[in-house]
Amino acid sequence: MSDAAHAHPNYIKIWVILLILLTVSIIGPMMEIPWLTVATAFGIAVVKTLMVAANFMHLKFEKQIIWFLLTTAFVFLGVFFFGVASDIAKVDGADVDGIIQWQDCIANQSCTIEQRVK
Amino acid sequence: MMHSPVATRRTVTGIPTGRLAVWWVLASEVFIFGGLIMCFLLYKFNDAPGFEDASMTNTPAGAFNTFVLLTSSLTIVLAHAAAEKGELKKCFNFIWCTIFGGLVFAVVKLYEYTSKIFPEWYHTPATHEPITILSNVFWSFYFTATGLHALHVLGGMVIMAMISQDVLKGRNLQRVELIGLYWHFVDIVWIFLFPILYIANF
Repeated sequence: MSDAAHAHPNYIKIWVILLILLTVSIIGPMMEIPWLTVATAFGIAVVKTLMVAANFMHLKFEKQIIWFLLTTAFVFLGVFFFGVASDIAKVDGADVDGIIQWQDCIANQSCTIEQRVK
Repeated sequence: MMHSPVATRRTVTGIPTGRLAVWWVLASEVFIFGGLIMCFLLYKFNDAPGFEDASMTNTPAGAFNTFVLLTSSLTIVLAHAAAEKGELKKCFNFIWCTIFGGLVFAVVKLYEYTSKIFPEWYHTPATHEPITILSNVFWSFYFTATGLHALHVLGGMVIMAMISQDVLKGRNLQRVELIGLYWHFVDIVWIFLFPILYIANF
């Protein structure tokens, strides 16, 4: 049970709003306008998440340490995103041919010593 | 003389230890699902081949499952409210409504998986080639993310069934809130998986 006494949100009302948002997030992308798709699909996903977290998970009544915990998690997720982004976006420097040759020689067991230690 | 384990009583942070522990679990889950979703978006925004297959996912089924999970989130929070008031039977019923929601979700997911992997089961002749986790990067993400999520749903259902037995006896009622936190998180993960896998076909 929550230790701090607080009035419960109106759960049914929150649920109805979530269903309305779900409907909008389905109808928005049907227009096939990219910016509207991003706004309705992803923007509404963020709004729905905040509503569930704040009201159903009682995050708005929770102590600050939980907020710190979650903020830390999302900050490190951001570090991960930007750390990996360059690897996926920029593949020019990758020695793709060398990797393929290496895979071939592993497959037919013809790797030279140089290839094995590479 | 019997002693309860210290960990069930300690409240250094002012938060019951069980609840704090669940929040830690959820913070670690942020990396698991967050990492998957981040990688998905990175590949999508870099025009990786295969992502046009997002148009082949079953949007009505995904939307229905979103509705089911949002509703099951409502029932588990109502179970928590009932537990706080000491309405044990009501709490038990709401927990089983939530488990039923999880079951409906799993059945729809099973239908989606089989319609992709065994298309000939539903249409003769099959409308597309069999699709598996190895078909391309998009389907690899699709089956990994939704499969991992479905395992979380099944795990949550089992835990809820166990907790419901305690509820009837009036024991460990705080666990209703703890499984509720977990279940809402599972709902939130789906709230993000739904748009990226089912409706963002741009």
